[in-house]
Amino acid sequence: MNSFFNYFADIFSGVKSLLIGMSVTGKYFFSPGQIVTQQYPENRKTLKMYERFKGEVIMPHDANNHHRCTGCAICELNCPNGSIEIVSARIDGPDGKKVRVIDKHIYHLGMCTFCSLCVKTCPENALAFGQEFEHAVFDRSVLTKILNQPGSSIIKGTEE
Amino acid sequence: MKEVIHTPVPSVEEEEYHINMGPQHPSTHGVLRLVVSLQGEIVKNLKPHCGYIHRGMEKMCEKDTYPQIIHLTDRMDYLSAHINNHAVCLLVENALQIEVPERVKYIRTIMDELCRIQSHQLWWASFGMDLGGLTCFFYGLRDREKILDIWEETTGARFLQSYYTPGGLMWDIHPDFQKNVKAFIKYFRKKIRDYEKILSGNVIFTERSRNIGLMTKEEAISYGVTGPSGRGSGWSCDIRKHHPYALYDKVEFKEILYHEGDTLARYMVRMDEMYESMHIIEQLIDNIPEGDFSAKMKAVIKLPAGEYYQRVESARGDLGIYCISDGNKTPYRMKFRTPSFSNLSVLDHISRDLKIADLVAIGGSLDLVIPDIDR
Repeated sequence: MNSFFNYFADIFSGVKSLLIGMSVTGKYFFSPGQIVTQQYPENRKTLKMYERFKGEVIMPHDANNHHRCTGCAICELNCPNGSIEIVSARIDGPDGKKVRVIDKHIYHLGMCTFCSLCVKTCPENALAFGQEFEHAVFDRSVLTKILNQPGSSIIKGTEE
Repeated sequence: MKEVIHTPVPSVEEEEYHINMGPQHPSTHGVLRLVVSLQGEIVKNLKPHCGYIHRGMEKMCEKDTYPQIIHLTDRMDYLSAHINNHAVCLLVENALQIEVPERVKYIRTIMDELCRIQSHQLWWASFGMDLGGLTCFFYGLRDREKILDIWEETTGARFLQSYYTPGGLMWDIHPDFQKNVKAFIKYFRKKIRDYEKILSGNVIFTERSRNIGLMTKEEAISYGVTGPSGRGSGWSCDIRKHHPYALYDKVEFKEILYHEGDTLARYMVRMDEMYESMHIIEQLIDNIPEGDFSAKMKAVIKLPAGEYYQRVESARGDLGIYCISDGNKTPYRMKFRTPSFSNLSVLDHISRDLKIADLVAIGGSLDLVIPDIDR
């Protein structure tokens, strides 16, 4: 008799536990205000990333096409996987001394792991993180970027 | 006339056969291959084949400087990325005997506990999905998203943050950090009740997990099963209690122990740990002291020659880093004792003579992260 009673008690407690679970799903079903899904490709215009978001490494340029990079190659040294190559040249400075200027700041986005050591260790704050994140391309050579814009030069006063 | 030799042909019931579970299987959560010997539906034995995502991390560490190693440890156990970073930072700081500012300790402890919560949330989500409750997956990921947003605001990345550096942090916390964390705790204290309602008491779930995959305390110790999986068998193995680091000796929290040693006990440990982690964060979040977010470090960090070992409690168990330095800026040898690797070793033992459907439940309850196994 006891086992007979337990059998039905198990069935009822089981059904009750299922109903408790279904009450939770039912609650969300009837309150669509709690929907958290973002309609991503449609909301591209309004989508704003956080200001610290690490999308890619960029070199900010001011309005006169000046950047702050001296070509000291500390970022190249600190990069754990060789994503940064610096090609610099030595030219004659105004006072006759040889001055190092950056020729190309090559950045391999495809190899970058976003460890942020280059941005952190740059003594001149010449590098920053950009917000762009849609990096999918059909040809991986596109992922090799030259960060300094053509014709750009260093801001006066930051040369070594 | 030829004599016919009759070799005994095993019947279908007796015959053992092998199937590959993985490397592409939804319940292995990565590229883990289990060669399972089956008799009918009964698991007779099981051989894990590792190495599908082996990246040679220990060897890569030998050419990297100590700050560069940190971004590799993110990619070991990606669900406890902050905690892995913490291990390397503590190793360097203890070797150089650097005292980090109090603010750093507070932030690191909060980040570690957020990390533990989101790891357990994702585990709860995928464990529910493995056992047939797809709703769990949506709810778990929905709440985990809140933590990822908090991280993205402060660290700039959602998943592989590389936020800690030897001596401190990469950047200071975002001004909104404290407000958002408090809002999250308030939110999640409500939502975790849904978790309990939907899965913890569910009759189908409890029938599938109770008395499945029994592991005694002695077995847990001899196989080195640490973390929530070991504590489900009653083994008190929380590094935060036994070898406190950061602020774990100052905050008040319980070490969750269950003595049943089955899949349900391992589940309950993780559920209760989420409450404990929230309790730890609540104690710290209002009291973050002002100060620097990093200690003064030399530009090139060189450890004195010698051997070092550092343990932390990651979301999966005891993470140990063993390092031999010869005085250079790169380590001579780096060895990671990762929790998932040891936890995997017990899977063969506890899933014997059970059904193959139970193997999915047991594997889920051990909470394996495959890159943590292969490194």
